Amino acid sequence: MRLEGEVLQRLLASRRRAEWLFKVAAIGALVFALGTLLALLLDVLHDGLGRLSWSFLTSFPSRKPEMAGILSALAGTFYLMILTILIAFPLGVGAAIYLEEYAKKHWFSRVVEINIANLAGVPSVIYGLLGLELFVRMMGLGRSLIAGALTMALLVLPIIIIAAREAIRTVPNPIREASYALGASRWQTVWHQVLPVAFPGMLTGSILAFSRAIGEASPLITLGALTYIAFLPDGLTSPFTVIPIQVFNWVSRPQKAFLNCAAAAILVMLLILLAMNAAAVYLRHRTQRRITL
Amino acid sequence: MSSATIETEQGLAQAFAIEGLNSWYGSFHVLKNVSMSIPEKRVTAIIGPSGCGKSTLIRCLNRINDLIPGFRVEGRITFKGQDLYDPALDPIQVRLQIGMVFQKPNPFPKSIYENVSFGPRLCGEKAKPKLDAVVEESLRKAALWDEVKEKLKQNALALSGGQQQRLCIARTLAVDPDVLLLDEPCSALDPIATAKIEELLFDLKKSYTVVLVTHNMQQAARVSDYTGFMLLGELVEFGPTGKIFTNPTHPKTEAYITGRFG
Repeated sequence: MRLEGEVLQRLLASRRRAEWLFKVAAIGALVFALGTLLALLLDVLHDGLGRLSWSFLTSFPSRKPEMAGILSALAGTFYLMILTILIAFPLGVGAAIYLEEYAKKHWFSRVVEINIANLAGVPSVIYGLLGLELFVRMMGLGRSLIAGALTMALLVLPIIIIAAREAIRTVPNPIREASYALGASRWQTVWHQVLPVAFPGMLTGSILAFSRAIGEASPLITLGALTYIAFLPDGLTSPFTVIPIQVFNWVSRPQKAFLNCAAAAILVMLLILLAMNAAAVYLRHRTQRRITL
Repeated sequence: MSSATIETEQGLAQAFAIEGLNSWYGSFHVLKNVSMSIPEKRVTAIIGPSGCGKSTLIRCLNRINDLIPGFRVEGRITFKGQDLYDPALDPIQVRLQIGMVFQKPNPFPKSIYENVSFGPRLCGEKAKPKLDAVVEESLRKAALWDEVKEKLKQNALALSGGQQQRLCIARTLAVDPDVLLLDEPCSALDPIATAKIEELLFDLKKSYTVVLVTHNMQQAARVSDYTGFMLLGELVEFGPTGKIFTNPTHPKTEAYITGRFG
């Protein structure tokens, strides 16, 4: 069938209309999403920018809003993240290596696989409750930095396992075969051939997971992390606070001036997140080696 | 006819003896009752159309198929009298003796030097002068030394396809195996690179037992001393290359080599 003349023109015109409508709808969705974010950012900037200063970063929280700072929260966030990374990254990578390179592919590994994906979707408060019972009470760690880090590690572990498995799967199989054919053991193959290729992917996936964890307040609040801390953590069992908890605390104060403190703290956190994501992008660029076999 | 009759030269030592080999991927029966004897220090080619099981057969010889989930093998393969599938035998030991080069060049994404020295290093060789010597010797044997001696630190992926494949051969030789298994080593290469590899095989068979899988019949005719023809998982015919290509016993072999199917 061949369309000609007016019929064809009408058909084309209606297609062009549909095309145009779809484009407008897509742009609308983008504008809405970005617009909301931009409004949030502008609001925070408006409230917080004036409060942001060197002394804000280097002061402890205070009853007087104009003297309050986030030093203890900043230090807490920093220490908590380092500990979480040290715990979660090796565990996650190890689990991923086992699942991808060692585990036989049968029903059990599939059950594990599905459950890890489910765990990644469990609300963070639940991890807080688990941490409270397991680390704070049963293991007697108290409301300490290490209890918080262990809880956070549990929270990000599924995401890290998934990211690390994805990264391991991008390693072309011929590389493994070549290694085995040269008489390498499984461990030698993983260590010398698979990990070096998969590492950048593991790293970027994990950094994104950690940068999510850095903004979490609820599991730590459930755990009982304190909101007012006027000293720096001095050890693994020291009490601590983090920026999201400090924000939560300031927002719930009646004085208007504390809202500005909260906004300024949010700005600091946004900067940290930005830096971590930038690091992820940089590392990906730096270490990614294109392998096409 | 699966138990092919073998007419070999007098006094030729046998490297592999394959007896009643059957294998499966899951429930798919790939190799059906294959028996053959592969002579030492000769090039033995295995030809046949795609999917006939020739790659599976060669991959049984160094137990690299063990890595594939669901792969199963029955029957017996001995290498110089040693049962390769003896449960007490470590497959790593098998692979150190029986090296393999794959269809697509698969260099490690590391330097040329690291590629060749990987095998010796796995075996615990740490001394730099020793490693240097092995790298040079292996690259010379693979006729690649003159092309890469100035750029040993360069990433192997920067080499051309043919050079990469010769690097893979050098890497395999560095482990000092007795056997070289080549699974369609030229199928991803252009004619010039192919000619270089074939030339190399002539030299290599002086010191190594070579088993070559190919679906290029001219290649089999040019480089091999013995040829086996496989079809649908069975070994149809096996014998001296000259005889297979000029006077095959089985009508299916004749049909294949004259290009009537495959």
